[in-house]
Amino acid sequence: MSEPRVGATTSANRPPTRQGGLADPATTIRFSGDQLAEVRRLQSLYPDPRGALLPVLHMAQETFGHISLETEAYVAGLFDLSPAHVHEVVTFYTLYFQQPKGRHVVAVCHNLSCTLAGAKDILAHVKRRLGVEVGETTDDGRVTLQSVECLCACEAAPMAQVDDRYEPNLTPDKVDRILEGLR
Amino acid sequence: MAETVLMRNFQRASSHTLAVYRDAGGYGAWEKARAMEPAAITEAVKQSNLRGLGGAGFPTGMKWSFIPKGHTGPVYLVVNADEGEPGTFKDRYLLERDPHALIEGMLIAARAIRSALGFVYIRGEYVQPWRKFAAAVKEAYDAGLLGQGFDVIVHRGAGAYICGEETGLLSSLEGKKGWPKIKPPFPAIKGAFGQPTIVNNVETLCCVPPIIDRGAAWFSGLGTKTQGGTRMYSVSGRVKRPGVYEASVSITLRQLIERAGGVTGTGRLKAVVPGGGSAAILTADEIDVTMDVDGLRNAGTMIGSAGVMVMDESVSIPEALLVLARFYAHESCGQCTPCRESTGWIYKMVHRIVDGHGRKDDLDTILDVARRGAGTTICAFYDGAVGPYISYIEKFRPEFEALIRK
Repeated sequence: MSEPRVGATTSANRPPTRQGGLADPATTIRFSGDQLAEVRRLQSLYPDPRGALLPVLHMAQETFGHISLETEAYVAGLFDLSPAHVHEVVTFYTLYFQQPKGRHVVAVCHNLSCTLAGAKDILAHVKRRLGVEVGETTDDGRVTLQSVECLCACEAAPMAQVDDRYEPNLTPDKVDRILEGLR
Repeated sequence: MAETVLMRNFQRASSHTLAVYRDAGGYGAWEKARAMEPAAITEAVKQSNLRGLGGAGFPTGMKWSFIPKGHTGPVYLVVNADEGEPGTFKDRYLLERDPHALIEGMLIAARAIRSALGFVYIRGEYVQPWRKFAAAVKEAYDAGLLGQGFDVIVHRGAGAYICGEETGLLSSLEGKKGWPKIKPPFPAIKGAFGQPTIVNNVETLCCVPPIIDRGAAWFSGLGTKTQGGTRMYSVSGRVKRPGVYEASVSITLRQLIERAGGVTGTGRLKAVVPGGGSAAILTADEIDVTMDVDGLRNAGTMIGSAGVMVMDESVSIPEALLVLARFYAHESCGQCTPCRESTGWIYKMVHRIVDGHGRKDDLDTILDVARRGAGTTICAFYDGAVGPYISYIEKFRPEFEALIRK
């Protein structure tokens, strides 16, 4: 099978989608051939191909930067789902970005152990340094700031997640060094 | 000094690799279990008095025995590695430092419940633990430990506390939003993808190889009369040496705080959360309790995930409750009305109390709303929120009232 159109069925044993073809067929949201092979591999791992939806959405976000409505419709087509079903999944989880994000994401933990260790001051310091509020991205598109629930590294409080890394035992100086390292 | 069971390999260099795990005797229990009848494995786990270490404390062997006899279709083993309970970080250590212990525990459990496919659901934020664990799974495949009748799929979550609730986790694993499901049917009857499924926490399964290796009586003897073994306590907050401490489940909360170096800040203890954010709070004179399931249940709280958060006298209890109330309002999945509405309104009320705009009847309203909602929802999330709402206010009411009077 060649690269499927938006809305094309990918599992041969299912009836054609009813609602999967809403996106503009000229869309630029497309996985490469290798990625589509990976989608099919993931779908085949699960007893129901839909089990692969979260992993494929992670892939989509890595590829396209965020998950737009257009991306939701594209992914829906790959799963023979309605875009609404994908939308309710995307909006349920905090790690899927529906808007473009910065090149880096700084997520400061604000739950109890971090608060007991001074997370409020750390967050205030990060805001000052970046000049943004929680949920905003710096004008140069460098950093998106978040304030998040327990990241389960309370032994290293106060802490933050910076992209893939956990940054433990934060101090204002350490925050400055970390932020300077983000290009 | 308690015996080190779960953290036995943590100090070894490259403890996450197969070679080091094998050097330390790893996969020996699996060799032993392969020669055992599935029912004998389940029986050994029953005899060990192992109780689930994710939060609910349900007897593990009994859970395994709920898979319907004579079921001929697939049975799934699901590992709950969606660690998210505030104050808890033990599973992260296991995934990063002893991933093969979990794989070995899965192999043994899968034989006991006759499962050919296991899933490990790791919270999305745990990128490094996920990489470490996935690398260990690959090693296990290359060595022929996996793929010979039992396969493992490593599945990343995407950020939602409720997916740590076992049926919310199953919904999420099925590619849906993580809405919990009504029980019964319990997952052992109808779980992942509609098939009988056992959901176990990471730490719980890591107890299984030592049980098979050294015997149920030995494991049972490490703990109390109703709960065997040691467990990993995550200790944080105002203590000198925050960290994860392994101890017999018969350790007292006072002893545990001492092991973590004692109280910092003012040095005077005010309160302790004994079992993760959803556990009712204990005051400074309530810490001579044993840290097992029943010890804390008798004390009116719960061991939960064994996340211990310590507060010294300088900590504001209303502000601590505000942090947790925000958490529950944010993480409520929105499925059940009492939870969705109450968590939002209670957060607003605690917020205005802390801001100095509290109203005279706010505290009674919170208590009333909390009590009415408890037990009315599909899952235990709201009951978990009610524990802190009620206990923080009842045990520290004058502190809240002082803010309202201001």
